[in-house]
Amino acid sequence: MEITVEVNGTTHTRDVEPRTLLVHFIRDQAGLTGTNIGCDTSSCGACTIHVNDEAVKSCTMLAVQADGQRVTTIEGLAEGEQMHPMQEAFMNCHALQCGYCTPGMVMASISLLDENPDPSEDDVREGLEGNLCRCTGYHNIVKAVLSAAGGSQ
Amino acid sequence: MIPVAFDYVRAGSADEALAALAEHGDEAKLMAGGHSLLPMMKLRLAYPSVIVDIGRLNDLSYVNDGGDHLAIGALTRHRDIEISALVQEHAPLLAEATAHVGDPQVRHRGTIGGSLAHADAAADHPSALLAMGGSVVVRGSGGAERVIDGADLFAGFFESTIEPTEMITEVRIPKQGGQGWNFQKFNRRAQDWAIVGVSAQQVEGGARVALVNMHATPIRATAVEEALASGASAADAAEQAAVGMEPSSDLNASVEYRSHLARVLTRRALEASGIA
Ligand SMILES: Cc1cc2nc3c(=O)[nH]c(=O)nc-3n(C[C@H](O)[C@H](O)[C@H](O)COP(=O)(O)OP(=O)(O)OC[C@H]3O[C@@H](n4cnc5c(N)ncnc54)[C@H](O)[C@@H]3O)c2cc1C
Ligand code: FES
Ligand code: FES
Repeated sequence: MEITVEVNGTTHTRDVEPRTLLVHFIRDQAGLTGTNIGCDTSSCGACTIHVNDEAVKSCTMLAVQADGQRVTTIEGLAEGEQMHPMQEAFMNCHALQCGYCTPGMVMASISLLDENPDPSEDDVREGLEGNLCRCTGYHNIVKAVLSAAGGSQ
Repeated sequence: MIPVAFDYVRAGSADEALAALAEHGDEAKLMAGGHSLLPMMKLRLAYPSVIVDIGRLNDLSYVNDGGDHLAIGALTRHRDIEISALVQEHAPLLAEATAHVGDPQVRHRGTIGGSLAHADAAADHPSALLAMGGSVVVRGSGGAERVIDGADLFAGFFESTIEPTEMITEVRIPKQGGQGWNFQKFNRRAQDWAIVGVSAQQVEGGARVALVNMHATPIRATAVEEALASGASAADAAEQAAVGMEPSSDLNASVEYRSHLARVLTRRALEASGIA
């Protein structure tokens, strides 16, 4: 089936099998390998991207379900050399170790602040409950999200 | 993990979806949010040969004031229910139960119709539906509609009384009129399903209490309700929570432990809601 998906502002039209997962479409067809596959069972959040600006797990969506929709991945955040404020906050707060969970964490965190621009620490922990970090960097991830919410501090 | 190959039909209307179901019969499955069906297809526990995608039926995504009840479109996503001012005001138990489903990513995709049709005893919405005395509207291929009371919706393990050629179009929840309510969910991992959960809703002269994951189906704790109706305290009524239940034993909990949780969580729900 032919589908057209806008990924990070670029239109991709491809012929896909209906059973193609969105995460495979993004990695293999659009060639954007920043989105990681962790558990492949909807549990870890490593594959989190935005569909129409909302965080979803791309291992739990078919590419055909994204036909005609707007997808944003980690590669779509920076403006040239200028990182997205959430990427900047992750860097400044040392919110990553191996980095495997990071693309999904950043995408989930941006969606979280879109829905709740002034979250408490608990709101952030609950809001990220769908994302696992095996390096257990949660404290610094939470700090990063709070600092991105608070602007410069 | 990749599902078995299937043909994909994207429905432009409920009637188109029903026509596709009528044409393909048992081979076909509706896909709403896909957040129960797709994981099962990836594990190859489900292998429909035709997927009828109803995810674009935006006209079935709404929360409306129906006078004495709320009318919620079957395709309304968990997130939209969680933040709906109408749901928070007239059916706060549903808003709370919905906020406990999975994680934000899951709530951005999953729908209330999919959740009820899936008929998972471990899911949160069915217990809220039972406790609030709700019902679902289903439409068949001829366009004929019927209303199934929540009490008649769940038939067995992952089995509902909805025919394979029917779909849920609307969920109806009576307005609860500011009565006491509480939702309890016990799990050990973030974003997980309840090991045991409780929905409690005060009604005239007593309460409806429904349990999550205590039986093959979502189920009302009728022994608790009867005790409350005859004036029992929260502690005494809650002692009846596992009566008549046949919970499963799994990695998370034995039958004994589940029964214990049901009693403790029911007591907490009754006390916190002010029901008893
Ligand atoms: C990681 C994860 C965690 C989760 N945690 C929880 C949790 O804690 N609590 C909880 O309750 N749920 C949980 N869920 C399940 C989630 O709530 C699902 O969204 C929901 O159960 C199914 O809704 P859906 O729209 O995705 O349905 P789908 O997966 O699209 O469909 C499910 C079933 O319902 C049928 N169906 C769908 N819509 C209709 C309709 N309108 N009429 C008739 N049949 C229909 C389909 O054919 C299919 O058989 C979780 C899911 C995931 C992936
Ligand atoms: S890879 Fe999608 S949730 Fe883990
Ligand atoms: S930084 Fe390694 S998994 Fe999170």
